[in-house]
Amino acid sequence: MSATINTNLDTDQGSLWEVFIQSKPGQPYKHAGSIHAFDKEMAIENARDVYTRRNEGTSLWLVPSNEIVAVSSPESASFFEPASDKIYRHPTFYNLPEGVKQM
Amino acid sequence: MDQGKKHYYLEIADNAHILSHRLAENCSRGPFLEEDLACTNVALDLIGLAESVYNEVAKQSTENVSGDYVAYRRDEIDYRNCLLVEQPNRDFAHLMTRQFFMDTYHYYLFTELSVSSDTFLSALANKSLKEVTYHLKRSSEWMIRFGNGTEKSKEKAQDAIERLWRYTDELFESDASYADSIGTGVYADQDKLKKLWTQKVDEVFFLAHLRKPENREFQLNGGKTGRHSEHMGYILSEMQFLPNKYPDARW
Repeated sequence: MSATINTNLDTDQGSLWEVFIQSKPGQPYKHAGSIHAFDKEMAIENARDVYTRRNEGTSLWLVPSNEIVAVSSPESASFFEPASDKIYRHPTFYNLPEGVKQM
Repeated sequence: MDQGKKHYYLEIADNAHILSHRLAENCSRGPFLEEDLACTNVALDLIGLAESVYNEVAKQSTENVSGDYVAYRRDEIDYRNCLLVEQPNRDFAHLMTRQFFMDTYHYYLFTELSVSSDTFLSALANKSLKEVTYHLKRSSEWMIRFGNGTEKSKEKAQDAIERLWRYTDELFESDASYADSIGTGVYADQDKLKKLWTQKVDEVFFLAHLRKPENREFQLNGGKTGRHSEHMGYILSEMQFLPNKYPDARW
């Protein structure tokens, strides 16, 4: 992903930002999609206008897309597959106390 | 419903309605997708605001009419919106400068009306304040962005200010039908509104490195008494096409 700014203003739509929405206080932020914007204020407002028009959330995070650190797909086997045969790592052998929500 | 009250209500509704129409004209023509949606959102907020006032005017009217009738079935001379909202989009800087002037006006108007002794006006104002606070934030930021952006963006914003300034005084004029009732706690104090509006505009222009026109004396008015600019006829012929062709059309 390139961090350079496109200076052709006739076609430039700003840089790309990733939008994370929190549906209620206390809930995790979930990725909703992306938007274009030229600065932080515009990013927040564009995200609000594109993604939260129907009461989808009560809070927003905006992250410049080129600041996201990601695992590339050639690496994914060595990153994730070793976990697939280690069922004992899942806490499924315990009884959850009553009243625990969102596990 | 007395004449003054009706005129005051219609001014609010017609301003929001015609401005909303101008914004809606920009739908699908925004500079990019996100801005297109954002402008259309503002248009929707404004049409919602206008609708509730038209319905109230219809409700309080002695004639048996609907809100839609009040909104769409009047002649040009009976529309009481100010000239500013009729002005064409021309370019994005014009659209946003017009919006900034109106958002600032709406923000202080509804702040004042939120304590009105008229229960409908205070309820309307309290509901609308949340929306117009956001509108004002957006349009102020755009003005600052224009002014501190490129040479071209600054030039376009300054050009829009020069063209639109002559329509700003009309916002604070009182129609003869309700002028005597100003100061009784029902309607907003126009002089106070003008002072607050000017302060806000000065503040944003300072941050944006934009300036007010040299000649600020030359002002046009007439919209509030039904004498509109040449643009109004075109707006109405487009807006009223459907209700004229299908008078009893329903959603």
